[in-house]
Formats: sequence, C-alpha cells, structure tokens
Amino acid sequence: MSEDRTTEKQGIGARLRRKEDARHLYGRGNFVADMSMPGLMEVAFVRSPLAHGRILGVSAPEGRQGDVFDAGHLSAVEPIRTTSTLPGYKASDYPPLATGKVRFVGEAVAMCVARTRAEAEDLAQEVRLDIEELEPLVDVFEARREGAPLVHDSWGDNLFLETFTDADVEAVAATAPVAVHRQISIPRQCQVPMEGKGVLACWDDRCDQLVVYSSTQIPHMVRTGLSQCLGIEQRRLRVVSPDVGGGFGYKVVLQPEELCIAWLAMTRRRPFRWTEDRREHLVAGANTRQHHYDITVYADERGRLLALDAEVSIDVGAYSVWPFTACLEAGQIAGNLPGPYVFDVYRCRTLSVATNKPPFTPYRGVARPGVCFAIELMIDAIAREVGREPWEVRMDNLVPPQAMPYDNVAGKHFDSGDYPECLRRVVEAIDPAAVRARQQRGEEDGRLIGVGFATYTEQTAHGTKVFAAWGLPVVPGYEQATARLTPDGGLELRAGVHSHGQGMETTLAQIAAEVLGISPSAVTVVLGDTALTPYSTGTYASRGIVMAGGAVSKSCEVLGQRIRRIAAHLLQCEADGLVLEDGAVRGAGGQAASFEEVARAWYLRPEQLPDDVATAGLEVTEGYRPGVDTGVFTYASHGAVVAVDAEIGAVEILDYVIVEDCGTRVNPMIVEGQTCGGAAQGVGTALYEEVPYDASGQPLVSTLMDYLLPGASEIPSFRIQHMETPSPYTRHGIKGMGEGGPIAPPAALANAVNDALGGLGVEIAESPMTPRRLLGAIIAAQGGGGRSGEGTP
Amino acid sequence: MKPARFDYAAPGDLEGALALLAEAGDGATVMAGGQSLGPMLNLRLAAPAKIIDIGGIEELKRAQDDDRSVTFGACVTHAAVEDGAVPDPSRGMMARVAADLASRAVRNRGTIGGSLAHADPAADWITALSALDARLHLRRPGGARTVPIEDFILGAFATVLASDEILASIEIDKLSAAGRWAYYKICRKSGGFAHAIGAVVADPERSLCRVVMGAVESTPVRLRAVEEALAAEGRDAAIRLTGESVAAARPDFDAIEVRLHGAAVSRAIQRV
Repeated sequence: MSEDRTTEKQGIGARLRRKEDARHLYGRGNFVADMSMPGLMEVAFVRSPLAHGRILGVSAPEGRQGDVFDAGHLSAVEPIRTTSTLPGYKASDYPPLATGKVRFVGEAVAMCVARTRAEAEDLAQEVRLDIEELEPLVDVFEARREGAPLVHDSWGDNLFLETFTDADVEAVAATAPVAVHRQISIPRQCQVPMEGKGVLACWDDRCDQLVVYSSTQIPHMVRTGLSQCLGIEQRRLRVVSPDVGGGFGYKVVLQPEELCIAWLAMTRRRPFRWTEDRREHLVAGANTRQHHYDITVYADERGRLLALDAEVSIDVGAYSVWPFTACLEAGQIAGNLPGPYVFDVYRCRTLSVATNKPPFTPYRGVARPGVCFAIELMIDAIAREVGREPWEVRMDNLVPPQAMPYDNVAGKHFDSGDYPECLRRVVEAIDPAAVRARQQRGEEDGRLIGVGFATYTEQTAHGTKVFAAWGLPVVPGYEQATARLTPDGGLELRAGVHSHGQGMETTLAQIAAEVLGISPSAVTVVLGDTALTPYSTGTYASRGIVMAGGAVSKSCEVLGQRIRRIAAHLLQCEADGLVLEDGAVRGAGGQAASFEEVARAWYLRPEQLPDDVATAGLEVTEGYRPGVDTGVFTYASHGAVVAVDAEIGAVEILDYVIVEDCGTRVNPMIVEGQTCGGAAQGVGTALYEEVPYDASGQPLVSTLMDYLLPGASEIPSFRIQHMETPSPYTRHGIKGMGEGGPIAPPAALANAVNDALGGLGVEIAESPMTPRRLLGAIIAAQGGGGRSGEGTP
Repeated sequence: MKPARFDYAAPGDLEGALALLAEAGDGATVMAGGQSLGPMLNLRLAAPAKIIDIGGIEELKRAQDDDRSVTFGACVTHAAVEDGAVPDPSRGMMARVAADLASRAVRNRGTIGGSLAHADPAADWITALSALDARLHLRRPGGARTVPIEDFILGAFATVLASDEILASIEIDKLSAAGRWAYYKICRKSGGFAHAIGAVVADPERSLCRVVMGAVESTPVRLRAVEEALAAEGRDAAIRLTGESVAAARPDFDAIEVRLHGAAVSRAIQRV
C-alpha cells in the first residue's frame, strides 16, 4: 500500500478520506426507515406461503377491509412487463400483488396498512389466503421436462429464452489430445445488503407530484417504470434515493413494492412506507445466481485450450425483473465463459428457465462469479490431466499484452492490460513452490494444505451497443452531469447515478478537483434525485465512476473554460495562458483571480464584465460516452492457500492475494475498500451462502442463523496489490471496478480445496463448500465413490 | 418482524416474579436476558400474553462461593463468566465456554439461566454444564426443588419447568486440583450455533468422568461406555470407542453426522 498523499494532492490518485463517512459513522445518515412525516402509515405485506398455487380468495378480517389491499384493488396498475428484442424471448406479467396464481414463496399477495408496522403485521396475520396448491417447479431440469407443470400457463414450456452460439467443436474433439468434462454448479443466493429495500411515498400538492423515496440504485429508471405502470406522467413523479445501505444489484430493478406503496400514496394522497425486514429479504429476495454448467474443454498435451463447449442452465425464477430482463445473466454467461483466454472454438447454449422461485436479479459481478468458477475449475482440471501446475497452464492461455486490444472468441473487446504479469505477481506473492514443500512435509495437526488461483476480466461501463445486444427495454446512452459554480465560488456537482457505498461523493469531487483545481472540500455532490439531477440509467455494471466521472470531467472542463474567460476580463489578460489551481485562475505573470471573485463578478456584479462574457452562465451540463463503449476491462488474479480439515470438512484460508488492474485509480483507498468488501462477498459464495429449497419449493433458510454470511473472523487479511494500465478509451483512463472482488474467490478457493483434497480423490465442483458438502465428497471418495460434482444437481 | 402485542412486568425480586407468574398462568413467559426470546418475539414464533422480565432482579445476578460449590444466580450473564466477574468452580472451563458463545453483544445480556431454560439443543451451557454435573434450583410459590441437569432437559426446547416455576440458580461442585476438562465445538462461523460439541470433564479425586455429546437436536448425550474407558484405560481407549458409541447413541445420524460428532468428542478427549 502506498503512502498517504492527501496533503499534496486531492485530485485523481489521492487517498482521500471519504466525504460521506462522517454522517454514517455518527449515525446521522438518512435512510428510508429514518424518515418521519405527519400522518405516515406503515405497510406490511401478506406473502404467499406456497411456491405455486391458484388464488381462490383473499379475505380481510371483519371491519378491517378498508386497510387491506389485494390485486383486485390494484387492477388499474399495469403489471411489470419486461420485453426484449431477443428472438424467442417470452415476457412475463409480474403483477405488484399476485394475480390469479402465486408463483413463489414470499410473493406479495396483499398489503396491510396501519399506524405502526407492528399493527400492520397484526393485521397481516389475520388476512386469510385461500390458495389451491399446484405442483411446484424447484429444479431447472425438472422444469425443462416434457409435460412439466407451467409457471406461466400460456407459454407452453418454462423457458424464458434459449440462446445458442454454434461452432464446429466436433472437428476439434476428433483430434484434441485432452478432453475434460464436468458438471459444475453454484447455488441460489441472497444479496444481503445491510439495508434491505424500503419505500416511502407521499403526495406533494404544491408541486402536484407523487414523491417516492426508495432505497434504489436507479431513481431515474424507477421513475420511468413507475410512470409506465401507474399511468402517471413522469413530470408528476419525483423519485429520490436517500442514503442507501448497499445495492449490489438487489436494488437495480423496479420493485413490486415500489409500485404498491406509490399506488397507495397516489390514490390515498397521504404518506405510506414499507421497510423490508430480514426475513422478507431472505425468503422473497432469494433471487440470484444458481447456474448449472455442463461443460467440456478440449486442450493440447500442454493444456493449451483448443475449444470450449457448454450448456448452461440458469434458474431465473418466476418472473422477469424490469428492465434487466430474465436473460441478462444468460447474456453475461455466454459472453464471459471463455474468460481471459486465447482460443478459437466456442459453442455455448444457455437456457433461462422459469421456476417457482423469486425472480432473478443481477448480483455484483453479474454471472461472472459463476462463470469464473466454471472456467477456472476447468483450467485446474486440465492442468491435473496434463500433469502441470495449474498456474502455469493458466499463464500459457492468457491473452498476452502484445495482443491488446484483443477481440476474444465471444466478441469481447479487451481494451488494455497485462494479464500474465498480473498472474505472475500473484504467483510470486503466494509462492506455490513453498506450498508444495509444505505439503510434502505435512501438517502437525493433520490438516491438508492446498493452493489455488483464479483469473478473470471484469467488463465495466459497457454502454449502448452491449445493452442493446442483450435486448433490454432500457439502454444506457450518454451519461450526464452538471457542474455549477455557486456565487461564492464553491462547486456543486449533480449526477443521476447513485452512491450506496461506492464513495462517489468523494471520487466525483476528486475528478472535479483534478480538472478545475478546486479542493474537494469545496465541492458538494448531489446524487439520486430525479428533481435535482440530470437523467441517468443509474448505478450498475461498474459504470458509475467511468460514466458519471467522465461526465463530471467534461462538464468541469467546459465550466473551466468559462471561468477562464471571465477571469481574463478581471485580470485584463488573454484567457489562453490562464491555469486553474488552488481554487483560483492564475496567469503566467503571477496575477490571480479566485473562483469566488469570478463567481461574484458573474452572478452579483455583472456590471464589471462586458455583456457578452460567458452568457451561458456558470452552470454546465454535458453528456459523456467513451469513444469505444463496449466496456473497459478491469482484470485481476487471485491466489489462495487453504488448510482443509478433512475429518470435519472445515476450510481455513491461510493466505489470500489479489492483484488487480482497474486502470487509473481515482482514490486508491476506495479501490482497496471495494476490492476487500467484494472479495469478502466472494468468500461467502465460496464457503457459506446458499438458499436450499425443499421439494415443495419452500426455502429452507429464513434468518441469518440459517443463511450464513462470513463475519470478520472468517475473512482473511487480503493482501492487495495494484497495477495501473489506463484505458485508452475513457477520460483519465479510468475503468470501473466495483464488481470485481466477488468474482474470483469461489474459483480460487475451490481450486485450493481441490488441490488439498486431490490426494483423497476428491474434486469439488459445487459451491458453497460447506462441511456437509465436503464431507459427503470425502466419505464417498473413501468408500470408493467418485467426484462430488458428478451426479449433481 | 415486529412482536405481537404483549403485557410486560419487571418485578424487583424473585418472590414478586413468582407471584406474577402464578397469577398470569399459561400465557406468561419469563424473560431473562432476552437474547433468544427477543428474536422469537420478533419472528412471532413466540406470542406470550405477558412477559415477566427477571433480568433486573439483583438476587438472581449474584454468584455465591461455598466451600464445595459455586451457586450462580440464573441471571448471571455469559459476559460475567467470561470476564471472571463471578467465582469459578470449573478451573477455567466455564470462562472458556462463555468466551466462545455467540457474540459479545449477546454475551453482555444473555444469561446462564435463560440459556438453560430455553434448552436450545445447539446452545453451549446445556452441554457444558451436563459435563460439570450441575444441579439446578427451581422455585415456585411456596416451594422449591433441585434437579440434576440431566433430568432438567427433556429434549429440544423442553424442560421440566412447570408453568409457575422459575429456574432460580445453578449450583456446580468445584473441580479438584486434579480435575481436567476439554470443550470442543464445531461451528461454521465464529459466534454461530454449534453443529457438534464434545465436552469432557475428568476429576479422579471426585470420581467424576463425563463425556458429553452436544448439539444433537435433543438432550445432550452422555457416552457412558466412552466415560468408563476414559476413566479406566485412558484417552486412546476412549477415542477408539467414540465412533461406535456416537452411532449407537444416535442411530438416526447419517455418516456425516456420526463423523462430525465423533470428531468433536474425540478431539475433546484428546485435549483433556
């Protein structure tokens, strides 16, 4: 980790402490649950106890009918219907309250209103649901079976979409010296932000507006979505994201609860609020991951990849979310499965399968934790097959730096970087030779040591073409930001993205500081409010710092030109030679005008200026989109050393090294925080987190006692190193990096566990690696059984 | 996750608590530290008409050191045991168990008596205190009885406590200078509930040798054959018997459970 440079430099590259931390550390944040409002009513939802059933009746207790609402009351509200331009895609109608059928445990069926949440829950307990149970679909392979029950009766089958990229794999297979085939899977997970969802809606008579406060990553898109479903013009709708306690993708979609609460406020003209509790989150929000890979990789005798052939089934649950569709995950899988590797023959079929589970929502890393798990386990399997060290085989297959920019077999355009050097640094830090020697010696406590690596690329800030190709109904274009000099020479930045842990109030101020020479402490950043910020599709896809940062940079550049022009008049010199630094405009001769003097002249004392100076004012909104907007690729390699206690199936992480390259780092401290937090989530995916279902579609976890998250004691001290290859395509060479952390840990840790257990004949191909799963595999192997991954699901 | 409506009383002494409990009848629940009952109320797994909070009763928060034993008031917290704020009859075992129990926030409020009366099979005290052969003093209006811990717990979340009865104190005989103990817990994360516990106490001077298998979704199980082997022949003999004893004690266990519980017990024996 490098030195603290905050005293010298506060622009791009400074390890600046975050502007937003103080209010959170002192408990002064303002989340939806913190708000109070006269006459506020609280809402509790009645949720389906069954995975699949026909609704015969919903009845409120006698005398309370006016406080209970079901689908009948919301008949004027359009269901969430996510179309796609992809051929063959089946759209689902996702009603805010279940209509006709319930399709997953936890689906909202009715809402109950009372003065307090406890009283609303009292009422919810008394609502009677009459539901005729239907056969549930809890498994993608069952759901694909001919004659299976249908999640959506009119569809004819249970497929949202099937995609297929063909290639002549057979020609390679006929001669390839090595072929490795595996079944690999990752389970359904919850995203578990510290703050769950929360919505407060009220009617503002003065503005004649419905105002919706929501814990969301995408306030502008929520406005668009609410407008479409509620039939209210967008100018009469204001959506505000206040403090948001983590998003991770969970809050990147139009939520049915947003529709319900907004409808209440719109029709009742008084404030209503719903706050998601942890049980609701774990049951109704168990909405992500769950891929199954049937995968074959062909290689030469040194382990160099020749072809990849895969069929991937994704359990996307009952409905499609808006706007990311039920098939974004499939798109990401098909695009990213080849990894950062060089080979030419790739065949991939994806099946996005409807089941009776909560609707799929993209989660930090979008598909790539599963994709990386699959391809990286395969690399290790090939290495074992050809008798080489897995890291050597990995190294031989990586895209070399001289090939950059590189278009891979799936059409991904890798912009820049040195992938082999990144892996080499991890290998050097982990020292696999020392691990091999230690394995030879054996451990006093009998545990088995293993070492594993994983490498990935993280496509970030992908833009118009990419999202259009995924068929989305909303596609991001130019990102806008406003830069406004205040009359006293301070700076306000306004952007439509939102920051929910990323520190963008700080990093956007740093970019402005870099361009305008103003101290970040003189900058106020306004985010997440449709009334105050320019339109943005929001914060997702690791796009915030590239897109909003680029827009801020561009706006500040134009603002700087205007400031210089005004200063030139005040200083009676040419604007050309003037530079901006330390909050002032300076000439070569030492003359200077502070931003305050410039702002005062323009706003308050215009008589000092000629009539035609900076007539457009000191407020600039610019749009930004990188010249090449297919995404800029951050990449990283992870290495792990583990000790496995084979008697009890316990895994301890002894060492964990991350080397990442996200281009220019705006704030290295935030990069490290993001990397560390993301990798902690990856450890959760690797070892702890899973929502199992029983045969009737009941989730078997509903509290954090059953859904295990790693705590501080379970997270290793990640040793993080950085490389810095600026992107050739973006302002300041910035790449996004918010999603990288969780991608590699499941793969690196599974490779390490497999390295440790190889001597026992065990190969794990399924996460999380729980004691039960490990012991099952070990006992099977000791009893002469085969690999644990085979035969699942 | 908000509780249903309930009445609440916080009596100042044990007699007052007993009177309130008798008066309230079946719909009342006694709360000590509230670390298990609180979440159950929020999840509406429990919906008592009345909660009688004994957490503030001074006489239940004290521990008394006699020559032969230490008696803990039911409301002595895990943290007090962890910190050595109360006398220790167990040569350090109880402090060690307390220190690894849930999280410090839970330990600050959670109590020994509350944990025993709740009788969650995966909790620590029911197993640890079975190995220490604790005696539980129960009180009811105008009456008292003493029950050995083995007889107190009937099964998962079930005890012999009558509806008008309160667990008042826990008495544990002191280990002699020759007394040894070991406690081995397998859980997936720090502060998590146990999946297997092995608790061993051996004190030849008191002819005490207990090998207890805990976290078994029911009453903790004494492995008597293993105890005898440990007392008579030592560790290796005891460990050799552990696997089959675990399997015999719980024929419903699958191979993984036998292995986990066998490991917890064997490792405890190894360390005693």
